[in-house]
Amino acid sequence: MGTNFEEQFQQKIDQETKIEPKDWMPQKYRHTLIRQISQHAHSEIVGMLPEGNWITRAPSLKRKSILLAKIQDEAGHGLYLYAAAETLGISRDEMYEQLHEGKAKYSSIFNYPTLTWADIGAIGWLVDGAAIMNQVPLCRSSFGPYARAMVRVCKEESFHQRQGFESLLVLSKGTEEQKRMCQDAINRWWWPCLMMFGPPDDESPNTLQSMQWKIKRFSNDELRQKFVNMIAEQVKVLHMTLPDPDLKWNEEKNQYDFGKINWEEFKQVLQGNGPCNKERMDARRKAWEDGAWVREAANAYAAKKSIAS
Amino acid sequence: MTTKEIENPLIKFLLHLGDNALIMGHRNSEWCGHGPVLEQDIALTNIALDQIGQARNFYQYAAKLIAEKSGEKLTEDSFAYLRDSWDFKNCLLVELPNGHWGRTILKQFIVSAYKSCLYQALTSNADEQLAGIASKSLKEISYHLRWSSEWVIRLGDGTPESKQKMQDAITSIWPYTNEWTNFTDYELNILGDNHWNIKENWETILKKVFLEAGLSIPTNGYQHSGGKMGNHTEHLGYILTEMQFLQRAYPNAEW
Repeated sequence: MGTNFEEQFQQKIDQETKIEPKDWMPQKYRHTLIRQISQHAHSEIVGMLPEGNWITRAPSLKRKSILLAKIQDEAGHGLYLYAAAETLGISRDEMYEQLHEGKAKYSSIFNYPTLTWADIGAIGWLVDGAAIMNQVPLCRSSFGPYARAMVRVCKEESFHQRQGFESLLVLSKGTEEQKRMCQDAINRWWWPCLMMFGPPDDESPNTLQSMQWKIKRFSNDELRQKFVNMIAEQVKVLHMTLPDPDLKWNEEKNQYDFGKINWEEFKQVLQGNGPCNKERMDARRKAWEDGAWVREAANAYAAKKSIAS
Repeated sequence: MTTKEIENPLIKFLLHLGDNALIMGHRNSEWCGHGPVLEQDIALTNIALDQIGQARNFYQYAAKLIAEKSGEKLTEDSFAYLRDSWDFKNCLLVELPNGHWGRTILKQFIVSAYKSCLYQALTSNADEQLAGIASKSLKEISYHLRWSSEWVIRLGDGTPESKQKMQDAITSIWPYTNEWTNFTDYELNILGDNHWNIKENWETILKKVFLEAGLSIPTNGYQHSGGKMGNHTEHLGYILTEMQFLQRAYPNAEW
């Protein structure tokens, strides 16, 4: 019987029919998705912090409005990703708990600091750019709610990416200090962005199964290469450089060669030793704990009202 | 900004409205990413965004009037980024620190209630552009008022702890309420006789919501003022230091 279900399931996957929450699915498929979607949701929420860092210091009212709207979008992404994960039988509170206890991960990139205003542009251009590279294929993910959430996320993310690039373009045409700010931000964000695609394919334990289930469509290295090819061209428009002496066009392979990634740094950040891991988690936990009395009051009030009605 | 003390009542009034919106929006934006519930984090960020948008409208209009009068070219950013605290005309309440979520909500409620009455009055103002900005903003403010009223009631009528927190917040915020309806000459010049209704309508909203929330309004006590004339609390200087950092550190740059 179990085999039969599994066969039907794989058949659906092979025929590109979406799996919906009430459909039978292997436990491991369910768990893989919960892990991936909640990790994605957490990344949106934690990702609000490094950008939020500059809201009160944005250099013009226009930039302030753009930044606020962008971070609000990220919160919205978090919201519907949590909702997509909830269809798999886990509550948002449980997911938060996993985050706060350090059991659930979020994207390593948000453990890096935003030191100058140019970092806000760099996050839009590079971090959101890398995220889109990862996420566009997820719009075809085999799990329906995730795929549908990703369609909306991707639309907004590509808008953010253009805004980020435009913001850096202004800096790149500005004063010497602004140009320096711009180059410095690119230098600091470039390598961590390449790490966002995850470990190299031969060290990525979950990739094979995820590709078989069509949760994932391209391998980490494939996506990373596409990203390098794209950014290596775009950076020329800014008249800036990428901090990689080995970056050069390879005619034969029709792609850019690039230098070695420092995977030791990636490992350290994942283990909690990035520059801002502690700050990010402390900020999330504090928001949650400080808000406890508010949530309790809201629940108590709702309960009173439901008794009264 | 090189403009001398601007004496035109309409320009003063526009800056007063713009400053209230900007500084309140600034305080609310401090919550972004730190709210107690994700949906409410989004809601308050949305309100901050509306407020900064309103400030921009008032500043843009003020810049246009100044250009017409003196030829001096200013932008919305000149007002936000290049004035010192003595030129800011916002009420003291909006610059007070946020404190906890309930205190922030309470500030937002008091201000939204006031603004809903003020902007309603302004929709029929003789100055068409001012009336236009007011009626556009009024739609947003009705939502801010509904949202903040609901939260005042929810927290006032929630748990004993939340009730106490709200009551304490009222006690600490209340000395900053009268300033709103102690109208200066520049406000009276624009509002005319309408100002009586504003005070009355505002008090009606406050009483109604506090009653439903089971919260009481202090009946006496000293009331602070001065913001509208440029005499601020110590808090505003820090807000401006943070907000204006880039414009001050890298003058005349485009962003």
